[in-house]
Amino acid sequence: METLFEYTRGMLPVETSYCPGCTHGIAHRIIMEVLDESGKLGSTIGVAPVGCSILAHQFMNVDMCEAAHGRAPAVATGIRRVHPDATIFTYQGDGDLASIGTAEIIHAAHRGEKFCTFFINNAIYGMTGGQMAPTTLIGQKSTTTSGGRQEAVSGKPIRMSEMISTIDGAVYVERVSLDSPANIRKAKKAVERAFRVQEMKLGFAFVELLSTCPTNWGLNPVDSLKWLKDNMIPYYPLGMIKCPEEVK
Amino acid sequence: MTEKKLMKGNEAFAEAALRNGCRFYFGYPITPQNELTEYMSRELPLRGGAFVQAESELAAINMAYGGAVAGGRVLISSSSPGIALMQEGISFLCSTELPVVLINVSRGGPGIGTIQPGQADYNQATRGGGNGDYHVIVYAPSSIQEGVDLIGKAFEMADRYRNPVMILADGMLGQMMEPVLLPEEKQPLKEADIPSAKPWALTGHKEQRPHNVIKSLFLVPEALEENLTRWYSKYQKATEELPEFELYQTEDAEIIFVAYGSTARIVKESIQMLREEGIKAGLVRPVSLWPFPEKAFEELGPQVKSLISVELSMGQMIQDVQLASAGRWPVSLINKVGGILLSPQDIVDETKKMEVSR
Repeated sequence: METLFEYTRGMLPVETSYCPGCTHGIAHRIIMEVLDESGKLGSTIGVAPVGCSILAHQFMNVDMCEAAHGRAPAVATGIRRVHPDATIFTYQGDGDLASIGTAEIIHAAHRGEKFCTFFINNAIYGMTGGQMAPTTLIGQKSTTTSGGRQEAVSGKPIRMSEMISTIDGAVYVERVSLDSPANIRKAKKAVERAFRVQEMKLGFAFVELLSTCPTNWGLNPVDSLKWLKDNMIPYYPLGMIKCPEEVK
Repeated sequence: MTEKKLMKGNEAFAEAALRNGCRFYFGYPITPQNELTEYMSRELPLRGGAFVQAESELAAINMAYGGAVAGGRVLISSSSPGIALMQEGISFLCSTELPVVLINVSRGGPGIGTIQPGQADYNQATRGGGNGDYHVIVYAPSSIQEGVDLIGKAFEMADRYRNPVMILADGMLGQMMEPVLLPEEKQPLKEADIPSAKPWALTGHKEQRPHNVIKSLFLVPEALEENLTRWYSKYQKATEELPEFELYQTEDAEIIFVAYGSTARIVKESIQMLREEGIKAGLVRPVSLWPFPEKAFEELGPQVKSLISVELSMGQMIQDVQLASAGRWPVSLINKVGGILLSPQDIVDETKKMEVSR
């Protein structure tokens, strides 16, 4: 009998601990599928810092470590020096990457570190229970902005991809979304390009994945996807901001 | 081949690490340890290693964590306020059982304090400034030579105990020059040999073993409890195996000074001066600060009348001296702070004042 589809070996055969409707599971799977399809599972080292996805190592079938809050790009920098040819990635949330870890991500990009960063932007702190993130939208309610985020108090949400794209060392920057099957397919293509950039040692590769957090948004999974599409995509436009010719 | 050279402390420490097979260094500029970072930036690329000037001490310690999870032999150095910034990472290194050697070329504090030498990091080093239950193994050299020798031991113990080890030097040791016998060059661990030498390291599973995971989060309370119990049995073993000290003219001494690092050298001169005046003084010099060498005090004779802790701080090691004394002897303090060194005469004068008032 011909096998038409198999679940990727990149994901371990365990249930994830993520909430129903959370898109971490999709993000995990497309990254692991890309590594599996390109035969890189055995040579990959991942870093997942503080956030819901600090537990990613329970689900991803690659060597992995946890990292302190925000520090994954520094940790990946150290790993890269010891293993010049391994495939290395960090998987970071918005509180982690866009708030406490801004110094580390900016300088890793600046050094042109040869690893990939997957940035999960769901506009809120998930693990700690729904506080305002740097990416929380104006007017969006959180447990620390109960009346909605106000620009006068907290400033506007940070667009990390645009900021990173101004850095020469970051050679590939793309923002994708996990809100629909079509966008998920595009997201997987972006992940593929990011790993190819790394394989060709072209520089730092950064993919922002717009994601949901139904639990802390107070929405059901279906409405969460719609909220992402209607509110996040207009402020965080999708698309390739920067891409080397070699992987286009 | 061993080699004798006149070297500045900071550069000798860097060279000692290189000769012990260290090939990864992550640093951030801070006085008075900059020559160490600069030396590594020049030498590591020539010896097939990697140097990164980090964006902060916070990044540096996390790069060191990355180097260690990957199985590399890693050195990191800083000075007091920089070590303060690294405390989160040190706590993580302990909870993930990673071998890293740290050198603290310490200065006075708190805050920015001074760039002059100080010994006010004793508590930070031996009690830990990070969160949670953990210990860092701490050695305190009193000469550049001893620092060079202890760096070799520090790498060995970091691997054996799978725990960070700190060399607590001070600004004086970092900045002065002394003749030093450098150790033979050891072969660094090759990348291909990491999986067999450090089977826990992240090297990629090559589809040949289950994936390796290095973690610090234990959501199941019993799992954290179990790990802490295991780590503390390791620390218990360290308190039995690692205490190191020097006894200097203690056989007939009635006054026992307790001093470490460069201060201990000054105390030795004071002891000669006091003995010329008929005052029998001696020295207990802890070489390991954690574990503290309580055993040294068991070896003191019945003629001992008092202990004096001599420190460039407001009195930090004195607490360990009091614990080791266990009420057997009165313990007092002779100190200097602000980056000012004690002179041998200062110690003599203070000691004589104490003797008169006693």
